[in-house]
Amino acid sequence: MKIKCRFQKAYRRAFDHEEEALSSGNVQEAEAMLTVPQEQAEGSLTMYVISERSSLLPQDTMSYIGPKRTAVVRGIMHREAFNIIGRRIIQVAQAMSLTEDVLAAALADHLPEDKWSSDKRRPLKSSLGYEITFSLLNPDPKSHSVHWDIEGAVRQYVQPFLNALSAAGNFSVDSQILYYAMLGVNPRFDPTSSSYYLDTHSLPHVINPVESRLGSSAASLYPVLNFLLYVPELAHSPLYIQDKDGAPVATNAFHSPRWGGIMVYNVDSKAYNASELPVRVEVDMVRVMEVFLAQLRLLFGIAQPQVPPKCLLSGPKSEGLMTWELDRLLWARSVENLATATTTLTSLAQLLGKISNIVIKDDVASEVYSAVAAVQKAAEELASGHLASAFVASQEAVMSSERAFFDPSLLHLLYFPDDQKFAIYIPLFLPMAVPILLSLVKIFLETRKSWKNLEKTD
Amino acid sequence: MPAVHGGERRWEAEAAPGMAAARPLALLVLLVLGPGGWGFADPPRDSLREELVITPLPSGDVAATFQFRTRWDSELQREGVSHYRLFPKALGQLISKYSLRELHLSFTQGFWRTRYWGPPFLQAPSGAELWVWFQDTVTDVDKSWKELSNVLSGIFCASLNFIDSTNTVIPTASFKPLGLANDTDHYFLRYAVLPREVVCTENLTPWKKLLPCSSKAGLSVLLKADRLFHTSYHSQAVHIRPVCRNAHCTSISWELRQTLSVVFDAFITGQGKKDWSLFRMFSRTLTEPCPLASESRVYVDITSYNQDNETLEVNPLPTTTYQDVILGTRKTYAVYDLHDTAIINNSRNLNLQLKWKKPPENGYIHYQPAQDRLQPHLLEMLIQLPANSVTKVSIQFERALLKWTEYTPDPNHGFYVSPSVLSALVPSMVAAKPVDWEESPLFNSLFPVSDGSNYFVRLYTEPLLVNLPTPDFSMPYNVICLTCTVVAVCYGSFYNLLTRTFRIEEPSTGGLAKRLANLIRRARGVPPL
Repeated sequence: MKIKCRFQKAYRRAFDHEEEALSSGNVQEAEAMLTVPQEQAEGSLTMYVISERSSLLPQDTMSYIGPKRTAVVRGIMHREAFNIIGRRIIQVAQAMSLTEDVLAAALADHLPEDKWSSDKRRPLKSSLGYEITFSLLNPDPKSHSVHWDIEGAVRQYVQPFLNALSAAGNFSVDSQILYYAMLGVNPRFDPTSSSYYLDTHSLPHVINPVESRLGSSAASLYPVLNFLLYVPELAHSPLYIQDKDGAPVATNAFHSPRWGGIMVYNVDSKAYNASELPVRVEVDMVRVMEVFLAQLRLLFGIAQPQVPPKCLLSGPKSEGLMTWELDRLLWARSVENLATATTTLTSLAQLLGKISNIVIKDDVASEVYSAVAAVQKAAEELASGHLASAFVASQEAVMSSERAFFDPSLLHLLYFPDDQKFAIYIPLFLPMAVPILLSLVKIFLETRKSWKNLEKTD
Repeated sequence: MPAVHGGERRWEAEAAPGMAAARPLALLVLLVLGPGGWGFADPPRDSLREELVITPLPSGDVAATFQFRTRWDSELQREGVSHYRLFPKALGQLISKYSLRELHLSFTQGFWRTRYWGPPFLQAPSGAELWVWFQDTVTDVDKSWKELSNVLSGIFCASLNFIDSTNTVIPTASFKPLGLANDTDHYFLRYAVLPREVVCTENLTPWKKLLPCSSKAGLSVLLKADRLFHTSYHSQAVHIRPVCRNAHCTSISWELRQTLSVVFDAFITGQGKKDWSLFRMFSRTLTEPCPLASESRVYVDITSYNQDNETLEVNPLPTTTYQDVILGTRKTYAVYDLHDTAIINNSRNLNLQLKWKKPPENGYIHYQPAQDRLQPHLLEMLIQLPANSVTKVSIQFERALLKWTEYTPDPNHGFYVSPSVLSALVPSMVAAKPVDWEESPLFNSLFPVSDGSNYFVRLYTEPLLVNLPTPDFSMPYNVICLTCTVVAVCYGSFYNLLTRTFRIEEPSTGGLAKRLANLIRRARGVPPL
């Protein structure tokens, strides 16, 4: 399958209310007035070209990217105006929408390994839904009695973000508190700052011992994202994570692609003076949720866009996700789903070619047909730019192809061991073969004799 | 503390460095509080109690029963986000996903011998047993039951996925709900038992992981698999049920009880002695209570057994005792509260010791179990027989099947069990004089005699010949011969019939076969060929 992406452009004059909005004082007010009555289609962008001397944008910014699917580009009066403005528009569009990098990242699983760096493999694999689990690890409950208002924090910060992402899948959120859960690595003591640190090399070893306590989800089949908040024990407080250069990381957190993130929360040393153990610790959920939400964005591959020069990027809305970022995610996911579905169907076909014993039942066959139809529909919709229906079709394609490939009825006829062939067939066929061979030998001898006779008579 | 900026929200994202080179995001996320504010965390809504009951049994064994109870004051019916603290997340998700009302799952190895050990607190059948009451909102109970047994088999590493309609029943009278219940429509109850299921360390480890203190503090440090499975009875169970939160039963809490009962055998573990201590039983002692538990106690049954005239001595001495009618009889328990600092502070650990103080008895038993291909069973008993009575001693044993090269050349003769030996000092009716070895006849000086009031005799029983099933050693040879013969004869005949060509041949004069045939013909008196 070859993939190319192109932009389809359509030009029109600005409507009256848009003219009015674009002549207001600053760009945020203009944006507020520009909210279109009907929602723009997913995957599309609307760009307004304003005059060179307009005061809507600050003096030297050439363009502005808004949180919903709108952008403003400054025009120019020049002989080559059309080309220059066209280039600016393409730059802004590429920042807000698909580029080949995004597609390459989406297809990273299906391409040979050495072509792409590990950065590109960061996003999660596309799935129908995700489970997000927040865990508080308290290895020392005798010294720290930790309390966190996770319900409120999830309701206030995480739920709006996930609602904005709801087009990409079903999300469910859980939390738990684990006691006596240690990290797998002993932190080292740094006498200069009298604190403990974990350096970058030991970070990969931290996760494994904890993972057995985290538990996989009993109730659903979706992949799990784990966010751990670790309160270090009294003997190892305070604990900092160091980056490659030996400086403590500002957020004291790190994340692992396709798995989740860990943040170390140090208890304020002033809390120990007054009272006896265990010390009551109230976790500052704002600081924690900042880090976890940023990690969540990174895990989903919602990376920082390549902003063109002299461009003003507005901040995201209160949910933490801009609408065109979601569109970009959906484009990448649709392509990835198509690639996965195609690979699965191809593997099934190759398997059938190699092992001809496998019996394909009718329902498996109908799943294969529906998977192929969904792949074709998704490809058509992607080509015509209907993002929402393309995404839905690609999800259906993946589901049908997985159901067909992993059907348990395919495995029934695979067991045919070699020694059974020897033990059963040889006593059966050897006595049969002996008279046949003897007769063949006799026939051969007689024909040779008759040839010799023929030669002699000749 | 973050401040509230009126109306406007500014966003900046903080860099969270990846596993590869750190790629700092240029944005900083600063979340501003909404007007609702963030208050303090809720007061803890769940509580944990742990308890260990040590019961010395009449036969010299000792039974230990652990119970860990987590009570969670929450309504689990609602969908959406769930937050767990002491209650394990895996079980909480099960309750909400499959709409369970009650769940009882147990894994047992061995059998509780009520005749020798007395009545149990909670007995479970050998193997795995699962019975579940679903809520009445469940539409397809069988489908939920099948999925639930599969998920539980994953959580506990057991083969519960073999539960299907062939071993599931719907009891109508015996398994009423053990927790709160409004109405009991038996359509929502399912019961299955798998007697084949073997309990081992892989089932104990996930069971221990569900405990909040997880074998690091409190009573769960005693749960070491190598000692717990070296017992004659091992039963671990998980029970989930709804209970009343207070006396008026205005709201409902969920209760999770994890129980583990083991019986340590005096011979296998104790090497025949009846002195027990925590270290002897579990190879660990108690050092501290679990900080998350509101109660952490050890109870020792010190009701003395009057019939044997023995008294039980417990060391260290208990500070409090507890008396109640348990299972129909009045019992007294010594209580050790781990939260009481006086108990642990003295020696930094608590090692309870139980000693039986009784008059020295004449009984002695020495038992050495067999090991395959190494040594046989040895049982020696020193018993005093009451007068005018019949004493029967019986022992059950099994012989394992041998490998086919280990059979003797005459396997169908059977296998022998060596005869038993009875050596006795029999009181004699008439006092005998001490024997002078050189003067008395030889038949009087076979055995040394210590005093004249009894004489020594050694008797043997008959050996036992046991006929065991033996394999048929000739079968592989038989099969090959038969198959080859049948095929050769049938096929060969058909082939020859179909492909033989007949032609005329001059008779040949000689030949060994012809001469042999002529010899036989002459003997019969028939003209030669």
